[in-house]
Amino acid sequence: MGKLQGLLFALATVVLVVVSTAYFMKPWMPPLLSDRGDIDHAIWVALVLTGVVFILTNLLLAWFSWRYQDAEGARAIYWHDNPKLEWTWTLVTAAILFVILFNALGLWASINGPAPADAALVEVTGQQFAWNVRYPGKDGILGRTDFKLASQENLIGLDPADAAGKDDVLLLNQLYLPKDRAIRVRVRSMDVIHSFFLPQFRVKQDAMPGMVTEVWFTAKELTPPDKPLEIACAEHCGLGHYRMRGQVHVVAASELDAAVAAAAGQ
Amino acid sequence: MATHAAHAEHAHAPQAFIWKYVFSKDHKVIGIQYYVTAMLMALVAGLLAMLIRVQLAWPEKDYTWLGKIFPMGYDVGGGFGVMRPEFYAMLFTMHGTIMVFFVLSTAPVSGFGNLLIPLQVGARDMAFPFLNGLSYWTFLPGCLVILASFFVESGAAAGGWTSYPPLSALKGAVPGSGTGQTMWIIGMVFFIASFTMGGLNFVTTILNLRTKGLSMFRLPLTMWAMFLVAILGLLAFPALVAACIMLVFDRHYGTSFFIPAQIALNNVPLLTQAGTPLHQGGSPLLWQHLFWFLGHPEVYILMLPALGFTSDILSTFSRRPIFGYKSMVLAMCGIGFLSFIVWGHHMFVSGMSPYLGMAFAVGTILIAVPSAVKVFNWLATLYRSRIRFTTPMLWAMGVISLFISGGLSGVWLAQAGPDIHLHDTMFVAAHFHLIMAGAALFGVFGATAYWFPKMFGRLMSEPLGKVHFWFTFITYYGTFFPMHYIGIAGHMRRIYDPYQYEFLKPLQPINELITMSALILGASQIIFFVNFFWSAFKGKKAGENPWEANGLEWTTQSPPPHGNWPGEIPEVHRWPYEYSNPDAPRDHVMQHEPAGAAAGH
Amino acid sequence: MTARTLEQSPVHHQGADVPPAGPGAGDGGSGGGGGILADPARLGLWLFLGTITMLFIGFTSAYIARRASAGWGGELTPPPLLWVNTLLLLASSVTVEGARRRLRRWQPGVAAWLGATGALGLLFVAGQVAVWRSLVARGVLLAASAHNSFFYLLTGLHVVHLLGALVWFLVVLAKARRLRYTPGQDGLGLFATFWHFLGGLWVYLFLLLFVF
Repeated sequence: MGKLQGLLFALATVVLVVVSTAYFMKPWMPPLLSDRGDIDHAIWVALVLTGVVFILTNLLLAWFSWRYQDAEGARAIYWHDNPKLEWTWTLVTAAILFVILFNALGLWASINGPAPADAALVEVTGQQFAWNVRYPGKDGILGRTDFKLASQENLIGLDPADAAGKDDVLLLNQLYLPKDRAIRVRVRSMDVIHSFFLPQFRVKQDAMPGMVTEVWFTAKELTPPDKPLEIACAEHCGLGHYRMRGQVHVVAASELDAAVAAAAGQ
Repeated sequence: MATHAAHAEHAHAPQAFIWKYVFSKDHKVIGIQYYVTAMLMALVAGLLAMLIRVQLAWPEKDYTWLGKIFPMGYDVGGGFGVMRPEFYAMLFTMHGTIMVFFVLSTAPVSGFGNLLIPLQVGARDMAFPFLNGLSYWTFLPGCLVILASFFVESGAAAGGWTSYPPLSALKGAVPGSGTGQTMWIIGMVFFIASFTMGGLNFVTTILNLRTKGLSMFRLPLTMWAMFLVAILGLLAFPALVAACIMLVFDRHYGTSFFIPAQIALNNVPLLTQAGTPLHQGGSPLLWQHLFWFLGHPEVYILMLPALGFTSDILSTFSRRPIFGYKSMVLAMCGIGFLSFIVWGHHMFVSGMSPYLGMAFAVGTILIAVPSAVKVFNWLATLYRSRIRFTTPMLWAMGVISLFISGGLSGVWLAQAGPDIHLHDTMFVAAHFHLIMAGAALFGVFGATAYWFPKMFGRLMSEPLGKVHFWFTFITYYGTFFPMHYIGIAGHMRRIYDPYQYEFLKPLQPINELITMSALILGASQIIFFVNFFWSAFKGKKAGENPWEANGLEWTTQSPPPHGNWPGEIPEVHRWPYEYSNPDAPRDHVMQHEPAGAAAGH
Repeated sequence: MTARTLEQSPVHHQGADVPPAGPGAGDGGSGGGGGILADPARLGLWLFLGTITMLFIGFTSAYIARRASAGWGGELTPPPLLWVNTLLLLASSVTVEGARRRLRRWQPGVAAWLGATGALGLLFVAGQVAVWRSLVARGVLLAASAHNSFFYLLTGLHVVHLLGALVWFLVVLAKARRLRYTPGQDGLGLFATFWHFLGGLWVYLFLLLFVF
């Protein structure tokens, strides 16, 4: 009985290693359309490093459970300490993790660094259960909003008294991004917490009520006009969370204003 | 003095059924009460998970038959039944809440902690037996409140187990944010009160009531785990109490701790009649900080006992001393300490300052070091061992396997950059189900098989136990490992119908595979319950020490009598991991055996 | 031969850094040497105080974070009666020490000093209620500003803890009147510790709310 269990465990572990490794080799990431390839790279490095550890430790586990079965009269070794060995594996692990950490912090800093000065601007305001997209228009300035003015007709509470808001262009669930030009996204929420998620752009930012957070990135590929990508909500925000879906179009930077205007005119 | 007091009590064991088995002050009875209650709660939470999985795999199918069983959860009309989205939100909210707090904190900590602490430290009972009994009878109402919340108007809480405001604070935000959320808070307060009473008992008993000769560095690793868990609980849970109190004030008395002014719900601004904002300046982030200040240590409250059980079981059945005892203790202390400074890694994309994000990434990566040390020590323990593949041993091997699989994905998530893509996706669900839920659950199953003699005086059925293990082990991986892939592909969590999204449509076959695996996983738990109840009454009688183990709990009868040892409490002469010493006549030397007596056998 | 090796092996393998008379190695920590490790009740109480401390640290962090943010709103000026209440509570800490000292020296008047403590505590609670009522009458309402909310919340929670202490006080008083305490044991010590803690907590909350 014991022998069989040991064999089974070894077998199961090897199968786990083989199957999971085979599946991790598949391209699971959605195709990358932004300049955030460093995230993919970090994930790939993490996959390789943890994958090696995963395979080695699991194969050891399999080997031990197959090899060291209890047998009549045999005794295990009496060995329970080896400071040198313990220090070695602790420090080696720490060193590898330190390298990972170093890269991770650099990546984090670059993602959160200042946006290029020529970046385009768009505001995305989540509300149950839609994404309000607003472009600043010709003046490049987003008009003032006040939640007190919010209503069925004025979803984000745009202040009609503010001149800067006169040329703002409002879209519902339609986001247009310029190709090869950085874009700053001001993320806001009208009610509860949402999360602005663009899977193909490696962008995710919670939309917090009472707060404005800003992310920036650059789209790198055009989307076919008839095949837009999707905005998803990644934070549970109520009944309609699952259908809080928008569309993303990447257009040539020079055509951004026209595309937005055309979408608003429809 | 305390020992004498316990001694005196031991002489007067209660006889009436109600005092002996219901309102008992005996730690073993309380432990079993906690354990059984938690396992029944697990049935409920597991059932909720099955409903979640069925919905995720086939949201378009007809569920008229389920609507007949759960009329509150399905819209049935015109011969077609669909789940209500609000029911789905209640399912994942309550699945998480019940599993994390009422099952996986309760069964290993309150259940096995109460059962094992006096037995392993050599005490007649816990330091405060009355407080101990009171803690169970505080816990039970919490369970009942949580279960009852399904049946109130507009249903149970539906804001996620993390109950982020404003969703959980504004009654109009989601149906469950009415009475259901109130009952969620009440249930949590009961739970925390009971856990605090337990924690006081744990620390005090382990520090004060150890038997003669049992120094801290001779404690079984399970005891170290319980000691640390109790301290984590005492220090971390108050933050959630504070947050819950403030949430109650926000919900019922109009304060603005978590609710900012700028809210327009359903396009209606929240204003007073005078036209001023109803709320002023609250911060939803504040809740997240307080919640995760508890929430992350809570993860280790679930896991550390399982790691302790695993070490003890592994040593016993590999017939080897645990490798690196001191580094195991240090690793657990390190994990416990670090767990207090990493909570922000749940909030990398919340809008929290990126500098804070950096600090939390550092702490989170650091926590991988002691975790890795534990795995290496376990592997070294297995090296040139003599493994007896009993059911408890299989579970312990399972914990190691899950701890590796789930731990490694933590290295991905700890890096704030990759977390941008992976946060709130199924990748995270895969990660924590493997490492936190899986390790804790497998630990509990292993501990159940291992210490069953000390619960009921009998052994669990080995064949049934093994069948249960293999079904659970394979389907557990089958359920949670593929979640990594769909998570990388961007599959969000908590989605009632993923296939609203074009980019998630191709993932449906994987979701179906996961669901089929999950259904088998759920069904195979029936084997466990059959085995448990059958063995408790009809199992093979266990002697004092059926596993040839070394701990103090194996020096007394199975089950131990009231007061734990019929005679004097044994004195301790060594650590509990003295296996296969070449100089000893037997392959194990128990903790209480005096050097001369052991040789004389 | 074997016996000697066995006797040595655990000691040897445990390493020399485990002193034979470690915390648990003596008599199981049950009496003898004194100190908190020999007294479960005292240790339990200190752990409980640690838990309460963490609760108020949680509130403190919320308070500090909120105070630093934009939406703080108006300031609340401390009503003068709060000073009186503070003095009452501090005086009650003195009286409980008086009772404790008399018990230690086995002098009469333990119950009287203890009674004074409870009376002062009760007066403090009444005083706090009076403060709340006067504030409400002045229109200083709970939800009107963050400072108000924190003031009512923290003072209210403190009073809840103090009411708990007063229940314990009744038990202690009954025991003292029946002369259950003997001079050798510091029977009032635990209660006094809790009482001082609540006094200290009040001073801390007062400083937090109105000075810092």
